[in-house]
Amino acid sequence: MHGEPRDGRIVIVGASLAGLRAAETLREEGFAGTLTLIGEEPHTPYDRPPLSKQVLLGTVSADKTGLPQRREVDAEWKLGVRATGLDPVGKQVLLADGEKVPFDRLLIATGTRARPWPNPAEAALDGVFTLRTIEDAGRLAERLDAGPRRVLVVGAGFTGSEIASACRERGLEVTVAERGPAPLVGALGGTLGALAAKLQRAHGVDLRCGVTVTALEGNGRLTGARFSDGTGIDADVAVVALGAVRNTEWLAESGIAAGPRGVTCDAGCRAFDMYGIVTDDVFAAGDVARFPHPLFEYQLLSLEHWGNAVAQAEVAAHNMIHAGPRRRPHLTVPAFWSSQFGLNIKSVGVPTFSDQVVIAQGSLKDARLVAVYGYRGRVTAAVSVNQAKSLEYYQRLIETAAPFPPAPGAADRIESPEPVPSDVPDPKVLSHGPTVALTGHLPDRRLTLVQPAR
Amino acid sequence: MNIVVDLNRCQGYAQCAFVAPRVFTMHGEEALLYTPAVPDDQQGRVLRAEAACPVQAILVGEEAGAGAR
Repeated sequence: MHGEPRDGRIVIVGASLAGLRAAETLREEGFAGTLTLIGEEPHTPYDRPPLSKQVLLGTVSADKTGLPQRREVDAEWKLGVRATGLDPVGKQVLLADGEKVPFDRLLIATGTRARPWPNPAEAALDGVFTLRTIEDAGRLAERLDAGPRRVLVVGAGFTGSEIASACRERGLEVTVAERGPAPLVGALGGTLGALAAKLQRAHGVDLRCGVTVTALEGNGRLTGARFSDGTGIDADVAVVALGAVRNTEWLAESGIAAGPRGVTCDAGCRAFDMYGIVTDDVFAAGDVARFPHPLFEYQLLSLEHWGNAVAQAEVAAHNMIHAGPRRRPHLTVPAFWSSQFGLNIKSVGVPTFSDQVVIAQGSLKDARLVAVYGYRGRVTAAVSVNQAKSLEYYQRLIETAAPFPPAPGAADRIESPEPVPSDVPDPKVLSHGPTVALTGHLPDRRLTLVQPAR
Repeated sequence: MNIVVDLNRCQGYAQCAFVAPRVFTMHGEEALLYTPAVPDDQQGRVLRAEAACPVQAILVGEEAGAGAR
């Protein structure tokens, strides 16, 4: 041990939600040493969910989404500088400007970045965007203000669908291209994917499923796109919403178990080294981490969820400054939300960890419902559409591995009590990565739920 | 003053939208939109909204890292 756990030098790489919450928790729980936060972006921590909602709608300016700090963290902030390496023996983080920052304990919270359009020349066309940072959101909102004739959204995951929703709310013509069979299908499966498709079309989206974009066209400036079915469109703006890439490249030579799927850590957020041996001074939290979750058969989970970044950062921070027996596991039930096309969609558990789904409350027809997901006879997830108050009940069923399908007991009538296959597709058929990745497999289908290698 | 709403906790009770409608608005029946950077003249209302939230989903604080380079 390097002195008392509450003294010494802690370095956090990643100055976004997880990094900030970890810093706050460290101070709250009595860390009295020196604290350094390193962030690649030049900004202090900001909140991302509003970027695809309020900011695109034009109600909030992109640079006004700063996260509040709940307590003084008394940290040294090194912003606008990228971490380029980790020396685990010398215990130093190497920065792009040549500085070496020594640490006693390190938290890796480098998150993800937008997956770029694979053709660099096409990606460089004026009018082609991704949406991850406040600069991205500001530039895109400005372009939407200018009133493009048509916006192409590539990928119908949550980000792509929220962008399409904001565009329609502005009255803009939108085409959405999705390689899979429906929007949101990679995260929510076939039943709610079909509802999402119906909803998008009802709101005037030109939704094209089962197609890929084969080319973005233009000469300096985007003019249109070609699709794999031989058709094409004219468009002034294209937003590439192909999911995220984990920021782990800087750890390539570090000996830490880091790769395209994230940084593997244990339930206490301690990173593994490349031999699968747990470290005691390197921790990981947030979008970049993958960890075993007992509710989902200890498969390694990567979660691109706001709530996971908060909860995992708090556990990591606690464990960084407590001796072994007082450490805690990160057992939070995954949860996320999305709002699009006037609907509030919320999820608990892991819908992709399922073989069946049943509409337990409400109905697809009214677009107000709770879908409950099961795997081999137990409840593993629930998704509400405009029915969020019911979710807490289902969360308890997930936590207690209650039998699936759930017993009646809700006030609502049940539209169709018979479970149907959950139709969770292999992510390889999606144009975007899943926001929840089970990095093992579902045993019954041998379905490998990993990001396709690029 | 900045805010963030934990939308996992938010249950759409809309108390905040009644107390501080210039900062919090309902979008559809259930979804909440809010202005993260609170205008100075709305700070009192936002503090009342924070207190009124039945699930305590509104987190208020100064902008993180203010003063950092």
